[in-house]
Amino acid sequence: MTKVTMTINGKSVSRDVEGQTLLVSFLRDDLHLTGTHVGCDTSQCGACTVHVDGKSVKSCTMFAVEAEGAEVKTIEGMANADGSLNVMQQAFQDHHGLQCGYCTPGMVMSATALLKDNPKPTEAEVRKHLEGNICRCTGYHNIVKAILAASGQDVSAIAAE
Amino acid sequence: MYAFDIERPTTVADAVEALKADEAQPLGGGQTLIPTLKARLAAPSKLVSLGNVKEMQGISIDGDTLRIGGATIHATVATEARSRYPGLARLASKIGDPAVRNRGTIGGSIANNDPAACYPAAALASGATIITNTRQVAADDFFLGMFETALDEGEIVTAVSFPIPEASNYQKFVQPASRFPLVGVFVAKFADGVRVAVTGASEGGVFRWTEAEQALSGTFAPDALDGLNVSEDGMINDLHGDGEYRAHLIKIMTGRAVKAAS
Ligand SMILES: Cc1cc2nc3c(=O)[nH]c(=O)nc-3n(C[C@H](O)[C@H](O)[C@H](O)COP(=O)(O)OP(=O)(O)OC[C@H]3O[C@@H](n4cnc5c(N)ncnc54)[C@H](O)[C@@H]3O)c2cc1C
Ligand code: FES
Ligand code: FES
Repeated sequence: MTKVTMTINGKSVSRDVEGQTLLVSFLRDDLHLTGTHVGCDTSQCGACTVHVDGKSVKSCTMFAVEAEGAEVKTIEGMANADGSLNVMQQAFQDHHGLQCGYCTPGMVMSATALLKDNPKPTEAEVRKHLEGNICRCTGYHNIVKAILAASGQDVSAIAAE
Repeated sequence: MYAFDIERPTTVADAVEALKADEAQPLGGGQTLIPTLKARLAAPSKLVSLGNVKEMQGISIDGDTLRIGGATIHATVATEARSRYPGLARLASKIGDPAVRNRGTIGGSIANNDPAACYPAAALASGATIITNTRQVAADDFFLGMFETALDEGEIVTAVSFPIPEASNYQKFVQPASRFPLVGVFVAKFADGVRVAVTGASEGGVFRWTEAEQALSGTFAPDALDGLNVSEDGMINDLHGDGEYRAHLIKIMTGRAVKAAS
């Protein structure tokens, strides 16, 4: 066992973990932060996306000990301070950017990382950025629309296909 | 996964020392190794993470070569190599997806030598030098076959040094489910000739298409490829495409790369 200490959603957390403990297992099983989902467990789907030091990573494809000293942000840390949905989350709700919701935590984390680097992306840029986030329900259209809306762009011309 | 420990040394010397343990293995970004461990296709006793080794991080320019530390992630190459070696930066920007690019490293990609990996094509086409903790190996002597390289047990890719070509381009025909190339071609034009490297296609892993190199060194234009054909012998046959299709794609992607580079 190795002791790891990291900051998760602003709170410092220390635990003993085994070498092979994945960051996603640490979040879900040890800390009960079950908002981060495991879709594939094979690095393909992006449902497990979290931010480590501000960058999106697949938490199923990183070990907990590799996050030693890092700032980790999960979907549980995304809401506004008063508990209301943040701009991105609200946009997903407003534009029906989810159906079953399984991919949504990963989508929100991925989309948030995109807008940090590229505050006004084009539709093509949003779609390209989401290459590693798979949704089996929505057909992506309303996810893309939600992200464009969250970036403050007018999406009224985009049909709700 | 089987149980193992992870060490996180901060210098190459300490990493080399840690790798002397029985069944110890380097851990780069884990984007290939972690799925392999999950499938129980590897059973190391210990992983030696290279992510904290400062001397293996980042990009530097030395005359007309670009040196990339072995633990540098794809996302860093995509942004920081853009002004000096745009063809290489573009290749890095198309590897996998953003989260893969935030973890995966050039050293891991080169050491793994997946027959469909992108960086080996850039290294071979650029005539790069692979720098390890013990020696320097020309790319021409480094990639020995599918998942096979000249690396010895416990040897670490500490950097890759790329001569910067006058013009270059990488064309990746994406296999959309894996996001790896079905066929990828890197074309690099230097003052003394053109080099063409192909990934994704051959059962022998990355290779140079020498006939195209000769033709393009004469005339650097897609037409120069007109009379050439790649044999389907030794090409990968799988459910995504047969050997004939891959052989055909090599010529098409080479032509597109030349067009984009010229
Ligand atoms: C969804 C997905 C899509 C991908 N798409 C592409 C793609 O389009 N193109 C592409 O090229 N790749 C792709 N990859 C692979 C990705 O680029 C990997 O990051 C890369 O192949 C391995 O690098 P790594 O740093 O993650 O190495 P790891 O997975 O950590 O290691 C891979 C192997 O190399 C060894 N190793 C690691 N670092 C070193 C070193 N410095 N010296 C010596 N040995 C070392 C390890 O022991 C292991 O055997 C994809 C991966 C995923 C998950
Ligand atoms: S669960 Fe991590 S990528 Fe699918
Ligand atoms: S909403 Fe169901 S997988 Fe995306």
